[in-house]
Amino acid sequence: MAATGVGSAERSSLSPGRLQPRSLVRPAVILALLLLVLFAIPAVVSIYYVDAGTQVAIYAIVALGLNVLVGRVGLVSLGQAAVLAMGAWVAARLLFATSLPFEVVLLISGLITMVLGGLVGLPALRLSGMYLALITLMLAGAITVALATINFPNGGHGFSGYNGSLLHLPAIRRPGIAQSDTAFYRYSVIFAALAFVLVLAHVRSRPGRAWAAIRQSESAALAAGINTTVYKMWAFALASFITGVAGALLAGANQFLYSISFQTQDSITILAVVLMGGIFSLWGAIIAGLLMQLLPALLNSWGVSSDWLLILFGVGVLQVLTTAPAGLIDQVPKDIRRLGRGIRRLGGGGRQPPAEPAASSEDASAMASAPSADERAAAVAARDSERAGESS
Amino acid sequence: MIEVSDLTVRFGGVTPLDAMTVKFEKGTCGLIGPNGAGKTTFFNVLSGFVKPASGSVTAFGDDLLKITHFRRARWGVRRTFQTEQAIEELSVYDNVALAHEHSKAPSSSRRTDVLNTISFVGLETDPQERVGTLGARDRRLVEVARALVGQPRVVLLDEPAAGLPEEETAHLGDVIKRIPEHSDTVVILVDHDMSLVSSCCSVTAVLDFGKVIASGQTAEVLRDENVVRAYLGNQALDE
Repeated sequence: MAATGVGSAERSSLSPGRLQPRSLVRPAVILALLLLVLFAIPAVVSIYYVDAGTQVAIYAIVALGLNVLVGRVGLVSLGQAAVLAMGAWVAARLLFATSLPFEVVLLISGLITMVLGGLVGLPALRLSGMYLALITLMLAGAITVALATINFPNGGHGFSGYNGSLLHLPAIRRPGIAQSDTAFYRYSVIFAALAFVLVLAHVRSRPGRAWAAIRQSESAALAAGINTTVYKMWAFALASFITGVAGALLAGANQFLYSISFQTQDSITILAVVLMGGIFSLWGAIIAGLLMQLLPALLNSWGVSSDWLLILFGVGVLQVLTTAPAGLIDQVPKDIRRLGRGIRRLGGGGRQPPAEPAASSEDASAMASAPSADERAAAVAARDSERAGESS
Repeated sequence: MIEVSDLTVRFGGVTPLDAMTVKFEKGTCGLIGPNGAGKTTFFNVLSGFVKPASGSVTAFGDDLLKITHFRRARWGVRRTFQTEQAIEELSVYDNVALAHEHSKAPSSSRRTDVLNTISFVGLETDPQERVGTLGARDRRLVEVARALVGQPRVVLLDEPAAGLPEEETAHLGDVIKRIPEHSDTVVILVDHDMSLVSSCCSVTAVLDFGKVIASGQTAEVLRDENVVRAYLGNQALDE
């Protein structure tokens, strides 16, 4: 009751009208980019890269799930690759056993994985930090072993749907509208976009606020009336749901699933690329997908062993932990602006625009479209580098 | 109204609250005492973070200790923390809305309530500003706004003026003074700034080693022999 209906008379400047709707420029740019990814890219690149693109979309969803857990709520899970494998298994089983539409299978796989992944998340209610990471890694290992024993369905009968004596393995079916590799690429990209919309809707509303509070301080969250247990479970459920959907897409993309292709260590690689991509921005998940799937494809086509990636990711994580905690999604635009400012200074003789407060990491990327904001950020960046220069 | 009787808290061999018995009436009450007297522990008991060994807390007729910690905010217990806990990643608006959406207040009035509370505490920043970019004073005010939005019945302010310069403390004092005017709330203010306590609180209780050693009109309490001794030691009186 306190303060409600109070003070509006004295400070009419703060009327609800001050809350402006977000500008439409950003959604328009995003839509244009999505169309570009859907139609322009498959038109110019070879089928090899289209297939890599499908994997990027799928792993971007997995990364997004981990992004929610680690970046939003502060729960480190090292079991996401196992959750992905569970989603793929459930989807493959359903696709062989039923004639349900592919979309329905996606949904059911997501829901079943949500329940199973929720179980993986149960320790999160009691544990945090390194202990939670360890427990989820152990569970992931256990799931990997279990799936290796049961095997992935390949058209056989029984619960596991595995038949070791089949000579001509039937392929896992794809949706009618997405039979070809290119069509399935578009199909995956659209579902990845839907997963982003789903997560964004969470982050921008009640659960997102609760997660931010939990991440910063559990006692502050409790004092504000947040049931931290429910919201942590919710985060695990959401991450598992989209990862399950990603698993179903993976089943459709690969058409043949082998337990050997789901390794426990992949969970660690996923965490590494998510950290490198940018843990605090949802866009970082796309970078993570590119790092995890496009980079190996590129190296492969250049004839370089993709084992080099493990070293690269190691260095990358080190770089993130020491100098760029917000990842590539934050660091690259900053560096580009700094570089641009440096070039301008070389040409223009050191003109110094008025200093402004530093832009926040998320806003910085949003501002990139507006030239004035861009210049301001560049000024800040330049100021920083000048200071660095003075002190050295 | 809050009635605390025989409240005892033990952490191993330490007894931060020792049979604490006190009443807080409607309005703003001060709670003072030297460092380690048990003030924050008392707040933690009211918020449900600490389970007392014995004793009872009755607030507005309800047994507060029976309510689970996160449900107490919905019941109406709100607080700020000694180290300010405004959520950096969220905007000013979202910080306050966070508490509103977990309170009993209807969601239809969220926007108006939140914006009114933001202006009530005198925050002049854009409600969409991220809290991480704000200064110490504004972050404190965001935290206070979060404690006031919705329908609080008990507001616990744990050293809200800590680290603030004088004129900002004065502004905070004005805000605290205006809280009970508009609601049936019990506000309990813990602070070491005696001028803030005496200007905001008509009544004050003093804790020392987990016991209430004095309570009543603030001016009288501050003159009380036991209180002076607790703060300054025996010598102060002997001289």
